[in-house]
Order: sequence, then structure tokens, then C-alpha cells
Amino acid sequence: MNINLTLIGQTISFAMFVWFCMKFVWPALLGVMQERETKIANGLEAADMADKDLELAKQKAAQNLREAKEQAATIVEQANKRGVQIVEEAKEAARAEGDRLKTAAKAEIEQDANRAKEELRGKVAALALAGAEQVLQATIDDKAHSELVNKLAAEL
Amino acid sequence: MASEGQSVTGYIQHHLQNLAYGKLPEGYERLDAEGHVSSVLTQDTWTIAHTAQEAADMGFWAVHVDTLGWSLALGSIFCLVFARVAKNATAGVPRGMQSFVELIVEFINSTVNDTFHHKNRLVAPMALTIFVWVFMMNLMDLVPIDWLPLAAAQVTGDPHLFFKVVPTTDPNATLGMAIGVFLLMIFFSIKNKGIGGFMRELALHPFNHPVMIPFNLFLEIVGLIAKPISLGLRLFGNLYAGEMIFILIALLYSAGLIWGVGGAIMQLGWAIFHILVITLQAFVFMVLTTVYMAMAHDVDEEH
Repeated sequence: MNINLTLIGQTISFAMFVWFCMKFVWPALLGVMQERETKIANGLEAADMADKDLELAKQKAAQNLREAKEQAATIVEQANKRGVQIVEEAKEAARAEGDRLKTAAKAEIEQDANRAKEELRGKVAALALAGAEQVLQATIDDKAHSELVNKLAAEL
Repeated sequence: MASEGQSVTGYIQHHLQNLAYGKLPEGYERLDAEGHVSSVLTQDTWTIAHTAQEAADMGFWAVHVDTLGWSLALGSIFCLVFARVAKNATAGVPRGMQSFVELIVEFINSTVNDTFHHKNRLVAPMALTIFVWVFMMNLMDLVPIDWLPLAAAQVTGDPHLFFKVVPTTDPNATLGMAIGVFLLMIFFSIKNKGIGGFMRELALHPFNHPVMIPFNLFLEIVGLIAKPISLGLRLFGNLYAGEMIFILIALLYSAGLIWGVGGAIMQLGWAIFHILVITLQAFVFMVLTTVYMAMAHDVDEEH
């Protein structure tokens, strides 16, 4: 346990190792570690941003969906309204058409009836004439009396 | 496991003696193991000390080959491993050795930042060097105490070769580092406070009155000198005591089977406890160094 030159030797080697560490070990390692720290910090920040973006996108999507739903609801409502309207219109048209047909049919019937009456009247006149001819047993001048008979028939 | 013909005291002393290489003066009487004069030197000789007395007689101009060798080897391993990792370090995902090294660097960096608040490129790497180097030197204490000395004796063919494998159980090693720290302390004190400021701090503290200057100087210089001494001796004392316990436990192996088994258990227990001690001592040395550096940088203190 003698104090001797080892003391100085140890001091010199101490200085040597400290110098070596200061020159080649510490700055490189610390640099790498700080670089990684920055990287991690940036990564976390990016992740945060992404989270926020995601949240925003979700909100936007939800809003879009809601708007779309509202729009769809409006359209369906309009369509329903329009449907009802169309049905009403169709009903109206059908009714009008029916009425028109009915009127036309009535008119036709009336016309037919009138025509039949007319015909009947003509036939009655002829019949009356024939009857009268039979009754009178005489020849009546068709030309002279038909005018009279026609007048008579028109009055029927 | 004391070899035959070796007394208990001899075994212990053998384990506490460093391998000294130094100069013996002309006319020095070298003794053999029995205490007889085996040879008288005819001229100044640089040689390896064969006895504790010879090592003591070499005086200051001798080196402890084992202490310096182991500390240089361990320091070089530290530098090579860390420099290699630093060279290949990536800022991506750290793997294997890099994670381990970064763990230590991170730990040292946060510890240093806690105590040292000035700008200095030296202090943090120095703390790292101290922590890892001292830890590795302390770690040699956990190698069973006879292995490396016996191996060294086999290699050199000298059965009485002194060989101490734990550099920090040599006060030269711990005080050597403490001196390095002390020199840096004075350097930074003068650099940051100026010679005048440094002197004022020594002379006008704790009693700021001209009459008290001699008293202040005495107090402060003693305090200043005590720092490196306590720094070095604390580490040395703890490791020396630990080493001593290991030696005493190892003695049990030559005292029969039952004592041997007991010794094995004790050695295991002490080694496990010692893991804590060596880490703590390395940490304490590092923290104190950082604190001393911080004190050398504190200029704003007015007394």
C-alpha cells in the first residue's frame, strides 16, 4: 500500500479516458439520442394531428350523412305529395272522362231516340197514309196529299 | 485456498500486496523467503519487488504493474465498447448493446443535469467515464480472489508473484483519479472566478473580515484538500474492506469441508451484497465529482 508513481499513472490514464469519452463517445451517443427524441416527439405530434384529422373527418362524415338523410326525407316527402297529387289528378281526370263519356253516351242515346222517333214518325205517317187509303178506299193523289200528311206527321 | 507452507497472515499479506516494479539502490540486500540475504545488488536495479519490504524500499519511483495494467485494460474495454456503439449508433430503434449503453448514458446525463447547471462539455462525459470505469474496476472484486493471481503465477512461473486484480483497492488508483478531479476543480474555479475570485473565496469565507483571513485560509484550504482525499479514500476504503472480507472468507476453504461449504455460502452472500456496494461506490464517486465541478462553476455566490 505504498504511494508511488502509480498515482501519476492513474491520473494520466484517467485524463486519457475522459478525453477519449468526451471526444468519441459522449457527443455521438447524445446526438443520436436527441435525434431519436426529436423523431419520437414529431411522431407523437403527427399522431395527434392524425387523431384530430380523423375526428374532423368523422364529424364531417356524420354531418354529410345527416344532410343526406334530411335531403332524402324531403325528397321522399315531396314524392309522396306528388304521388298523392298525381292520384288526385288521375281521379279527377277519370271522373271528368267518365262524365264526358256519360254525356256523350246520353247524347248518343238521345240522338238515337230522336232518330228512332223520327223514323217512327215517318213510318207512322206512311202507316197513317196507308190506313187512310184503306179507309177511304179511294185513290188519293200521293202528290197532292203527301204534303198534308207530312205536315201532319211533323206535328206528331 | 492458501497454498501449503503459507501462514494465514502470509496469505492475507500476499493478497494485499501489489505487483511493484521499481528501482532498488546499489548495495541493497535482497532477502529470500526465509529472511536470509540471498543477494546484494552491485548497482541500481529496476526490478520486480519480491517482498513487501522491497516494494516499500522502492519509494515513490515505482509503479504497481497490476493496478495500472488492470485499470488501463478495463478503461480501454470501456472506451472501445462505447466508441464502437457510438459509431454504429442509429437514431432508429436501438438494439442490444446500444440499448444498454444508452440506458447508462441516459442515467448519467439525467444525474449530471440534476446537479450541474452550467455549460461544460467535459463534465457529463467525465461522469460517464468515472461511473463505468470505476464500476468495472470494482467489479473485479467479484472474481474469486485466487483465480487471477494463481493464473498470473502459472503464466509467469513465479509462485510468489504478487497480483492484485482490483485497482480500486490500491489507494494509488483512487487517489490518482481524485487528483485528476482536484486539478480540474482548481482549473475550473480559476477559469470561472478568476485567480482573484478563487483567492477571495479561500480567504474571505466563511468570515468576511480582514482579521479572519488566516483563519479562513486555514479552514478553506483544509476543506479544499479534504475533498480529493475523502473522494479517493472513500472508494479505496470501501473496496479494500470488501476485498478483505473476501480474503477472510477464502481462508475458510483451507479449514476443512464444513468450513469450506460455509465459506462458499458466505462468499455468495457477500458477493451479492457487494454488487450493491460496488455500484453505489462508483455512483458516489461520480456524483461527488459532478458536485465538485458544480461548486467550481458557482460564481454568483457572494460572501
